Parts: sequence; C-alpha cells; structure tokens
Amino acid sequence: MKTIEQTTDEILNLAATHFKFPRAELQAGDDFYKKLGIDSLQALELLTRLENHFGVELPDYEVQGVSNFHTLAERIQARL
Amino acid sequence: MDEYKGKTLSWRLADGVVELGLNLAPANEIGFAMLEDLERFASSLPTLESKASALIVYSEQKAGFSAGADLRELYEQARKMDSPSAAKGVREFLERIHAVLNRLDTSSLTTIAAVHGVCFGGGFELALACDLIVADKMARFCFPELRLGLIPGFGGIPRLKRDIGNAVVRDLLLTGRSINATKALSVGLVSQVAAEGEALRLARSTAAQTTKFDRTTAAAAKRFIKPLPAEELRREIDIFCELFARPAVMDGLRKFVENAGPHPYLP
Repeated sequence: MKTIEQTTDEILNLAATHFKFPRAELQAGDDFYKKLGIDSLQALELLTRLENHFGVELPDYEVQGVSNFHTLAERIQARL
Repeated sequence: MDEYKGKTLSWRLADGVVELGLNLAPANEIGFAMLEDLERFASSLPTLESKASALIVYSEQKAGFSAGADLRELYEQARKMDSPSAAKGVREFLERIHAVLNRLDTSSLTTIAAVHGVCFGGGFELALACDLIVADKMARFCFPELRLGLIPGFGGIPRLKRDIGNAVVRDLLLTGRSINATKALSVGLVSQVAAEGEALRLARSTAAQTTKFDRTTAAAAKRFIKPLPAEELRREIDIFCELFARPAVMDGLRKFVENAGPHPYLP
C-alpha cells in the first residue's frame, strides 16, 4: 500500500514529465490549473494519465472542484 | 467521389479502405458545417460501398475524436428565435444527423472508429454508429448531456443499449461521468485498445483484415448482428425535443457557453 506522500510524489512526477514543467517547482498544495497553466481538456488528459498510471477509476464527480495535487492524491489513495 | 476535402472533414479511398478524417478545430464539434459535410459523405456511400470493404472514421484534431454537438452554435441559433421556432430547428437538425448516422450504421462496409482523446456526446454517438471502436489508451468516452438537462440526441442511448449492458448505459447516462479506454474495453464498448497515438494504425490493420473477406457475406453478417433500433431512435428525437423546450435547458446552455474559466462547467 502506497502512502499518501508516495502517491502525491508520483502525481507530481507524472505532471512534471507530461507538461514539461520543472519537478522541483511543483508542490503538493499547488493549484494545478494555475501552476501548469492547463485548461479543462488538459485536466481531463491528466485524469486519464493518472487512471492509467495507478490503475484506478476516477469518476469526474469525485474530482470535480479538486484543483490541488494533494487532494487529488487523497482521491486516488481512496481507490488504491 | 473517391476523394473529397471539405471544410470540416476529408475522405480518401485506397486499397479497399475509405478513411474519413474529421478535422474541425478545436475538437470536431458537430454543428451545421460538419453536418453538411457528413451528409455529403453519406450521399457518396453507395459509390464507396461498391469499391471498398471497410471505412475508418478518425480525427485529425489533437484534442480527440470529437467533443460532440456544437453547443455554442446551438445556443446562439436558439437564443435568436422564439421557443417554438428553436424547437423546430432542433428537430430538423436531429432528423438530418439521424439520417446520416443511420446510413453509416447500416452501411455494407465494415466500419471502424479510431478514437483518441475526447469522445463525448455527439462524437461518442458518431463512434457508436460504427461497427467497431478501436481506442488509444488516452481516449475518454462520456455522455454529458444530463448536465445540461438533455439526453443524448444523435442516437446514443439506443445504440449504446444495443451494444452493452443496460447497467453500464445507466451509469454513463445518469451520472454523466467519463470513462477511459481500459474501462470501455472491459465493458465491451471498445474492441481493441492501442498505445497512445496508435489507434489509427491499429484501425488500418483491422480494416486490411476485413478486405480479405467476401463483401456479400460480410454485409449479410452485419445485417444479421447489427439491426438498427429504428423505433427507439425515433423516440429519442421526440424526448430530446420535449426536454429542449424547457427554459432550464437554455439556461444550462448559456452557463456552459459563458464559462470562461479553466474549470469545466459541471452543474
């Protein structure tokens, strides 16, 4: 079982790699819409990448209103 | 016409396979322009069917296969009219898109949707008219219509119900949630999942296989296994038009259109 810290770290690594953003500048509490400068379609793409990476389903309504990495990690953690 | 390039799509016949590429920025929204091109394609189908074995429908847009109906156009058109005129216009649009999708659905060609990225609403309904759906692992399927106080209007429910279990149909429809390609494969919606960016290649390989078979036999098999749910498709148009006539729908459309933030409008 992954810890919340491990899950968060994997999300940050994945976001940094995919959106070509310096990993060192990403923090768990960051608003990923603002920090990565992404729109709703790119957020959907991130959601799909996270589902594929962690092997979980994340229904849209569970992540609706979620905009920081830590809360995203909690939603994923609940399904691991 | 073996080859055509329109404002929103193009097609080309080569080696017994027709490739229909959707290409309208940003995400192949289906409005009047795409409907007219799709009608042109449908009217060319008899000629193409006499020369080809398979058809691949794919997107040339990075965002995905199609984000669905052009809701901005729908809202802009409807708000200029009184309610009865708007309802009449919507019905006419639906009758036309149903005619195109029914023709595609019953084509004697083996039809394959090669899906990547968003495959939402009307785009999902276009894919469902095809015989097979091949999706890359970043594809996402969704019927978001209930969020706007509507049901899918391009034949989505009857076609989805024809293909997969009713419980999954209800889950997708009543929650409006989106599912990825892996989930779509597990429920039988998608026949093959490709690596990222490889859906078209996989669809081409599948299409090439179908060119080996006798066309009369393949068409007979398709007629037997894939009946058109004609009555339910008619009912869907009626229900959509009844729902569309309510003020709440225009209000939902307005909020969707006016939403300028990065967060999607999700009531």
